[in-house]
Amino acid sequence: MLELRNITKRFGNVLANDRVNVVVRTGTIHAIVGENGAGKSTAMRIAYGFYRADEGEILVDGNPHKIHSPHDAIALGIGMVHQHFMLVDTMTVAENIVLGAEPGTAAALDVIGAEKRIRALSDEFRLSIDPGARIEHLSVGQQQRVELLKALYRQARILILDEPTAVLTPQEVDEFFRILRRMRDQGKTVIIITHKLEEVLSISDEVTVMRDGRVVGQRKTAETNAAELARLMVGREVLLRVQKQPATPAEVVLNVCRLSMKSRLSEISFSVRAGEIVGIAGVEGNGQTELIEALAGLIQPSRLGGRVEFQGKDISLLNARERKEMGIAHVPEDRHRRGLLLESSLAENSILGIHYREPAVRRRGGIMLDGTRIRTRAEQVIREFDVRPPDCELPARALSGGNQQKLIIGREFKLPPKLLLVSQPTRGVDIGAIEFIHRKLVALRDSGCAVLLVSAELEEVTALADRLMVIYDGRIVGEVDPAWASKEEIGLMMTGGLRG
Amino acid sequence: MKLIRELTFPLIAIFAAFLVGAIVITAIGDDPIETYSLLIGSALSWPDGIGYTLFYATPLIFTGLAVAVGFRCGLLNIGAEGQLTIAAFATAWAGIFFANSSAWILIPLTCLVAILSGAAWATVPGVLKARFGSHEVINTIMMNFIAAGVASALTQTYFKEPGDAILESGPIGNSAHIPRLGQIMPGIPARLPLNVAFLVALVACALLYVFLWRTKWGYEIRATGANPSAAEYGGISVKKQIVFAMAVSGGLAGMVAINEVLGYRYRYYQGFSPQYGFTGIAVALLGRNHPVGVLLAALFFGALTRGGLFVDIFTEKVSKDLVLILQALVILFVAAEALFRRRLGKNQTQT
Repeated sequence: MLELRNITKRFGNVLANDRVNVVVRTGTIHAIVGENGAGKSTAMRIAYGFYRADEGEILVDGNPHKIHSPHDAIALGIGMVHQHFMLVDTMTVAENIVLGAEPGTAAALDVIGAEKRIRALSDEFRLSIDPGARIEHLSVGQQQRVELLKALYRQARILILDEPTAVLTPQEVDEFFRILRRMRDQGKTVIIITHKLEEVLSISDEVTVMRDGRVVGQRKTAETNAAELARLMVGREVLLRVQKQPATPAEVVLNVCRLSMKSRLSEISFSVRAGEIVGIAGVEGNGQTELIEALAGLIQPSRLGGRVEFQGKDISLLNARERKEMGIAHVPEDRHRRGLLLESSLAENSILGIHYREPAVRRRGGIMLDGTRIRTRAEQVIREFDVRPPDCELPARALSGGNQQKLIIGREFKLPPKLLLVSQPTRGVDIGAIEFIHRKLVALRDSGCAVLLVSAELEEVTALADRLMVIYDGRIVGEVDPAWASKEEIGLMMTGGLRG
Repeated sequence: MKLIRELTFPLIAIFAAFLVGAIVITAIGDDPIETYSLLIGSALSWPDGIGYTLFYATPLIFTGLAVAVGFRCGLLNIGAEGQLTIAAFATAWAGIFFANSSAWILIPLTCLVAILSGAAWATVPGVLKARFGSHEVINTIMMNFIAAGVASALTQTYFKEPGDAILESGPIGNSAHIPRLGQIMPGIPARLPLNVAFLVALVACALLYVFLWRTKWGYEIRATGANPSAAEYGGISVKKQIVFAMAVSGGLAGMVAINEVLGYRYRYYQGFSPQYGFTGIAVALLGRNHPVGVLLAALFFGALTRGGLFVDIFTEKVSKDLVLILQALVILFVAAEALFRRRLGKNQTQT
C-alpha cells in the first residue's frame, strides 16, 4: 500500500500540492485524474523521489519512509514511467533496461544473464519484447513496454505511469490496458495519471481527483461516472455531449478531386459545403496529416496529383499564403511544431500568417508592423477565446496546452475563414477547454463556414461531424452518418476491415 | 527591469572571467589588481583610451550584428571574415577605379560596394543551403579561404604598387576618405583613427533593431529562426528567408570595410583583419544576438584590445595574450550560463 499524507509542495510562490492525501491499495489500478496543472504529476514525482515535499509524509505498507531520490523509491519497489521515454535509441532493449543497474562485475557486463531475466519478465506479462532488439526499430507502443520492463526489472511492486496513453493509438491503448490488468492480477499495484475520463472508467478500480493542487475526491470507479468526475475536475457542471442543431449546408466550398500523393494519398475525392462539418476518422498515420497539409498548401504541388477547388476556383498550385488570403484557415495537428513560435509572445503568435498585411502592418503594402493594433487585436483574441493568463507579452511556451490551442483557434477564427481545416483540435487539452473549443467549432459552422475536421478521437468526430468519412491507408474507404453509425462499424472501417 | 535581467548573466560571466583571469595572472607572477587597473585605466582614459576603444569596437559591432542576424534566422554565419575581406578588397577597388569622382558620389558608392559585395559573398552559402540543403557552417568556412585567396591573388597581380614590399593595394582616391571624428567634432584630437564609421555602426545597430522587431521582414526572419515549420505554416518561404538573412548578414560584415578602408588605411591591406569575423561570433554570443547587446559586447571587446596593448608593454610578465584568455573565459562562462539558466528555468516551470 502506498499512502501520501498531507503532502504540500511549493514552486516559488506557486502552491503545486496543498495537503494532498492519496491512498493506493495494493493490487489495484488507481487513477489520478485532473486537468493540466492540477498537481497530479507533482504528487507522483514526490512519491518517486523526483521532488522532495515541503511538508507531509509518504507511507509504504504502513511505514513512513523518507524518499529523497528515485534511488530510494526503487529500493522501496516503486517504479515510474514518464510521459517522455528515457531510452537510448541506438542501444538494445536489454542494454537500456540494465542502464544504471548494470549486472555482473565492473569489468564484465553480464548481458546474457540480463537478457534471460528480461525475456522471462516479458513472457510473464506477455509484453512480447525481444531483449536484443534495438530501440530505434521499435514502435512507440513497444518502447513504452520497454519502459515498463525497466521498472519490472528493478523489481517494482508499485508502478506509476504518467499519461501513458498520450502517445498510443486506440489499438495500442487496448493492448496496453490488457497488460496493466494482467499486472494487477499478478499482484502489482498500478497508478495511472491521466486526464481522459473514458480511460479512468475503463481501466481503474479506484480514482483520486485533483484540482488546483488539492485532492477534491476519491471514489471507487464502479460507484462514479464521467459527469461526476468531470464536475470534480473542472469545479462546475461540464457538458460532455456536444450541443448542436442539424446542419444547413449551402454551396460547395471545397471540392477535392482525385487528390493523390505518392504512397501517402490515393485518389481522394470529396467536397465540403458551407455550414457543415465534415469529419475524417481514421487511425493516425493513414494519410490525414498529408491530406490536411496538402489542402493548406504546405506540400509542394509537384508532389501531388489531382485537383483542389475552392469556391469553384482551382487552387492546386497556390501556396499556403495565397490560400490563407482566400479564407482557408488551418489549425495544425501539432501545435508545437507547426502552430506556434514557442519563445515568442502571444502578440507575435497572434499574427503568424497575416503578419505581412493589415492590420499587422500600418498601411496596405507597408513594411512597418503596427505594434498598437497588433496588441489590440491579440487582446481581442485572448478575451474572446478565453486564453489564460491574459497577457499578450507572455511567451507562448508559458501557456498550458489548452490555452495554446485556444490561441491558435482564435487566431485562425479571426481571419475570418470561409473554410477551416482543423486537425486534432483537442489533443492534450483540458476538459473545460475541450467543451469550449467544441462550442466554438459548432458556432463557426452555424455562421456559414465550411469545416473539415480530422481527429484521432472517435468520440470527437462522431459528436461534431455532420458527415463522417473514414480514411484508411491513404484512401477514403467510406462515408457514414455519424448520428447512426455504430462505433464498431466505424472502427472496422478504420482498420481496413470494411468498406462503406 | 527587463534590461537589468538581460544584463545580469553577461555581467556575471565577465566578472567570473576576470576572477579566473586573476588566478592566471598570479600564477604567471604579476599582481592581478595592478594588471587590471592598467587594463581598464588605459582603455577608459580620455581621450586616447576611449578613442581607441571605440575605434577597435567599430568593426566588431558590424561583425557582431552580422552574426546576430544570422542567429535570429537560425543560421550560423562563420563566414563574416571572408565577407569582410572580399568587401574590403572590392571597396578599395572602387575607391581606386573611381578615384577622380567627387566625394558626394564616391563615398556613397564605395559604401554601397562594401555592403553589396559582402552581401553577395554571403548569399552564395545562403543559396547553397536553400537550394541543396548543404550546411552554411561548412560553406561559410570554405568561403573564408576562398575570399582570402582571391583577394590576395588579385591584389598581388593587379593592384600592388611596384616596389612595395607589403601585400597591399595602392591608395584609394582622396575623395573616398571619410573623415576622422577629430576632424568634425570639437574636443576630439584628430590623431585618433576613430572615424565616421563608428557613427555608421551606431546607426546600423538602431536600424537593425527596427528591422528585426518592427518590420514584417524582420518578423519573417525571426519566425524562420524560431521555428521553420511554423514559419512555413504562416506562409513564409523558409528558403527565401535563408538567402535574405545571409545577404543582410554579409552586408553588415562588409561594412567593416567602411571603417578599415575608407576611414583608416585608405587601401586594401592583406591581413588587415585580426579575425574580426570570428570575434564577431563571440560578440554576438555575449550580446545575446540583440543589437544593443552586440554594441555593449563590442565596446567591451574593444576595451580589452586597447587595454591589452598596455598590459603587454607595462607589466613584467603578462603579455597581451591575457586578453585572449579573458575573451575565451567570457565565452566559456556565457556558454555555461545557458546551462545554468536551463536548470533554473526547469525548476521553475515543472509542475
